[in-house]
Amino acid sequence: MKLYFALIKKLLIITFAFLMTGMGIANAKYPESPISLMVSYPPGGATDFQARIVSMMSGEEKYLGQPIVVINKAGAGGKVGWNWFATKAKTNGYDLAAYNIPHFVSQSIVMKDVEYNAKNLEPIANWGADPAVLIVNKDSPFNSVKDLVNFAKKNPGKVTFSGAGKFVGHHLAFLEFEKSSGAKMTYVPHKGAVAGLAAVKGGQIMAGFNNLSDAYRTKNTIKILAVADLERDKDFLPEVPTFKEQGYNVSNASVNFRGFMVRKGTPKEVIDFLAERVPLMFSDKKVANQMKAGGSPLKIMTRAEVQDMWAKREVSLKELLKGLTAN
Amino acid sequence: MEFLNYFGEVFSFINLITLIFGTIGGILLGAAPGLSPTMAVALLIPFTFHMPAEQGLIMLGAVYTSTIAGGAISAILLKIPGAPANIATVMDGYPMAQNNQSKEALHYCFISSLVGGVIGIIVLIFFTPILAKFALKFGPSEMFWIAILGVTVIATFDSGSVTKGIFSGAFGMWIATIGTDPIIGVERFVIDPIFAGGVNIIAALVGLFAIPQVFSLIENKLNESDIFQMEKRKLIDSIKYNISRVKALTVGSVIGTIIGLIPGVGGQIAGLVAYDQIKKFTPTKAGRFGKGEPDGIIAAESANNAIVGPSLVPLLILSVPGSPTAAVLLGGLLIHGIFPGPDLFTNHPKVVWTFIDSLLVGQFFMCIFGLYISGLAKYVLKTPVHYMAGIIVVLSIFGTYSVQNSFADVIVMLSLGTFMFLISKLGFSAAPIVLGIMLGPIAEANFITAKLIADTQDGILLYLLNGPINQVMIGLCILSIAYGLYGEIAKRKIR
Repeated sequence: MKLYFALIKKLLIITFAFLMTGMGIANAKYPESPISLMVSYPPGGATDFQARIVSMMSGEEKYLGQPIVVINKAGAGGKVGWNWFATKAKTNGYDLAAYNIPHFVSQSIVMKDVEYNAKNLEPIANWGADPAVLIVNKDSPFNSVKDLVNFAKKNPGKVTFSGAGKFVGHHLAFLEFEKSSGAKMTYVPHKGAVAGLAAVKGGQIMAGFNNLSDAYRTKNTIKILAVADLERDKDFLPEVPTFKEQGYNVSNASVNFRGFMVRKGTPKEVIDFLAERVPLMFSDKKVANQMKAGGSPLKIMTRAEVQDMWAKREVSLKELLKGLTAN
Repeated sequence: MEFLNYFGEVFSFINLITLIFGTIGGILLGAAPGLSPTMAVALLIPFTFHMPAEQGLIMLGAVYTSTIAGGAISAILLKIPGAPANIATVMDGYPMAQNNQSKEALHYCFISSLVGGVIGIIVLIFFTPILAKFALKFGPSEMFWIAILGVTVIATFDSGSVTKGIFSGAFGMWIATIGTDPIIGVERFVIDPIFAGGVNIIAALVGLFAIPQVFSLIENKLNESDIFQMEKRKLIDSIKYNISRVKALTVGSVIGTIIGLIPGVGGQIAGLVAYDQIKKFTPTKAGRFGKGEPDGIIAAESANNAIVGPSLVPLLILSVPGSPTAAVLLGGLLIHGIFPGPDLFTNHPKVVWTFIDSLLVGQFFMCIFGLYISGLAKYVLKTPVHYMAGIIVVLSIFGTYSVQNSFADVIVMLSLGTFMFLISKLGFSAAPIVLGIMLGPIAEANFITAKLIADTQDGILLYLLNGPINQVMIGLCILSIAYGLYGEIAKRKIR
C-alpha cells in the first residue's frame, strides 16, 4: 500500500514537473493559442473579406503556427471597433486588428471621441492598397477628366460625386481633385463603396470616386477616367492614366491601405516576431492567388515601411483636412 | 432554357450533401432569435474558401433561402421573429398557435415559402436581363418614397389603437437616429460610448420581441392562453387549403418579387408590405387579421421568400446587391473570382447556372425539411415554461452578442426589452417600433442624399415629385393613408 502511495506521489511530481516545463516553454513561445483579428467593418465588406483571405494560412508552422480568427466590431465607419481596440484590446499579442489608412488617421484628426491615433497603435505589416479611381456612367458624355472639369467650370457645383462616406479615401481624393481642378463640385457621401458605385451606374450621380478593385470588377458598365495614385496600376488597369499624367495634382494620400496592427504596449519580441512572419504569410502563393482572383490588389509592406507611411499620411492629411471638422 | 442543362451538377453527390446540410442548418439557424440570414451567410463565407466555387455558392444559397423560412418557426411558436423578415408572420402566426393551430400555421409557412421562392427564382431565370435595368432606376427619391409607403402602414399594422401605432413608430424612428449618422458622420444622442455605433436592428428586434415574451412567460406561468398544444393536422389538408388561397399567394409573391429587385430594401419590408396589402385586398376578412387568419401568414411568408431570386438579379448583372444578404453573397462570389456583370452568364455558365438551379432545388428541400422539423416542434411546446424562459434568454443574449461581438448590444437589447414589457402593459406593441427602426434610416439617408443631389439641380421638391416611379409611389402612399382613414371612420360608425 505504501509503495502505491509513493508511486502516485512520484507520478504526481513528474506530471507537475512536466507541466511546469511545458508552461515555461509556452511562455517563451508565442503564439500558443489562436489569435484574434478585429475588423471594424461588417462581415462581407471588402476589408473583412480580404482580412479573411490574407489570414487563412496563419496556421502553418512557418507562419504563425496558430489560426487567426476574424472578429467583426462594426459601426460608425470603423470608429466603434478601433476605439475598442485602442482602449480595451489585450497587449499580449493575441489581439490584432486590421487598419484602414487613411480612414483611421483622418478620423483621429476630424472626429470627436476618437481614442485612437497613429501614436497609440503599432503597425505590423501591410497587405493591400486600393487606390481611388474616378468613374462615370458608361453613357456619360465625359470621356476624360478634362471633359468633366470643363463642364464643372461652366456649371459650378452641378457635378455630383459619390463615394463611400465622409473622411474616407474617396472623400479625400475628391477634396484633392476639387482643389487642383479649380472647379466647384458636390460630394454626396454614400453608405459604402457598393452603394456609391450603384448610384453612378443608375445615373442618379454624375461621377464618383470608388475603389479600384470594385471599379475593375464592373469595368464594362462604367468608364474609369483616372487613378488617384502616383503610378498606374499595372496588374488590373494598365490603360487608365493617373491624375498627375492628366495635369491634376492629386497625390496618393487617398490610397486605401490595409494591414495588421497591435496596441501600443505589446512586448517588443512579439511585435518583432509578427513583423517578421506576417509579411511572409501575406506573400504566400495561395493568398496571392485568392486575392488576385477577387480583383484585390496586393501590396505587401514591412513594419518599417508602414511606420513611415503612417507618419507621412498623418502630415499630409492634417494639411488636407485643415478647416474641416465633422461638426 | 440553358438552366435545364445544369441540374445534373446540383445532384452530384457532394453538391447534394452540401445543399441538404445547408438547408437543414439554415432552418435551425433561422429559428434562433438574432441569427439573421445576413449573419448566417457572412459567417459561412470563410468556409467556402476551400471549396470549389459551385459547392461554396450552393451552400450560401441554401442557407440564404432556408434561414428566412426558419425564422417563421420561432415567430409562430414563441412570438419571436427569427429575423426582421418574419415580423409580419408573428401577427397571425402566434394567434393561430394560441388557437391550437400551430402545426397548421407552420404548414402554411413552409408551403407558402416554397411557392413564393419558386416564383422568385423563375423570375431570376427568365427575366434577369430585362429587370436588371429596372432595378437601377431606384435612386434616392424612389427609395425615400418606398420607405414612406412603409411608414404609412405602421399605424394600422397591428390591429389596435392607431394613435399608439403612430407613437410607437415615431419612437422607433427616434431610436434609429441614435449613433453616428452614416452619411454625414454626425453623432446624435450618444450619451454613452455604447451608443456610438447606434442601436443594432437585430438587438432591437430580439429585445423588443423576445424579452417581453420571457417576462410574460414567467408572469403568466399558470395562464392557460399561452400554453397550447400542437394539434393533429393532415399535411394534405394544409396543402389543399394553402393552394386555394390564390389571392394571398399572388399578393405575397408579386410584392416580394418587386421589392426583392429594388436594391437595398430587402425582405424585411417585403413581408410587411405584403401583409398590409392582403389585409386591404380582403375587406371581408378585415376583422380577422391579427387574430389567426391564415392569409396573413401565407402572404407574409410567400413574400419574404420570393425576394431571394429577384434580389440576385441586380447582383448578378450589375454587381448591385438587392438585399443586405445579397450584398454579403457578393463577397462570396468575388472570393471565387466570379465577377458579376453582363458577361457573367457567358463567362461562368457552369457556376452560375448550377447555383441558380440549386436555389430552385433548395426551395423544395427547404419545404420538405421545414415540414418535417415543424412536426418536431411539438417538443418545443412541451418544454416546461420555466425552462423555455431560460432558453430564450440564453439564445437572445447569444444571438445579440454574435451580431457584432459587442456586449453593448446585449445591454441595449435587455434594456429595450424591459422597457417594451412595461409599455406593453399600456397596450403598445413591438412591431410598429421595429418597423420605425427599420424604415427611419432608409427614409432619412435617402432624403439627405436626394437633398444633396437636388441642390445641384432644381431643388428638393421637384426632385422628389418628378419621374414616373416617384409618382406611382406617391399614389400608393396616398391610397394607403386614405384606406387607413376610411377603415378607421368605418369602425367608428359601427360603434
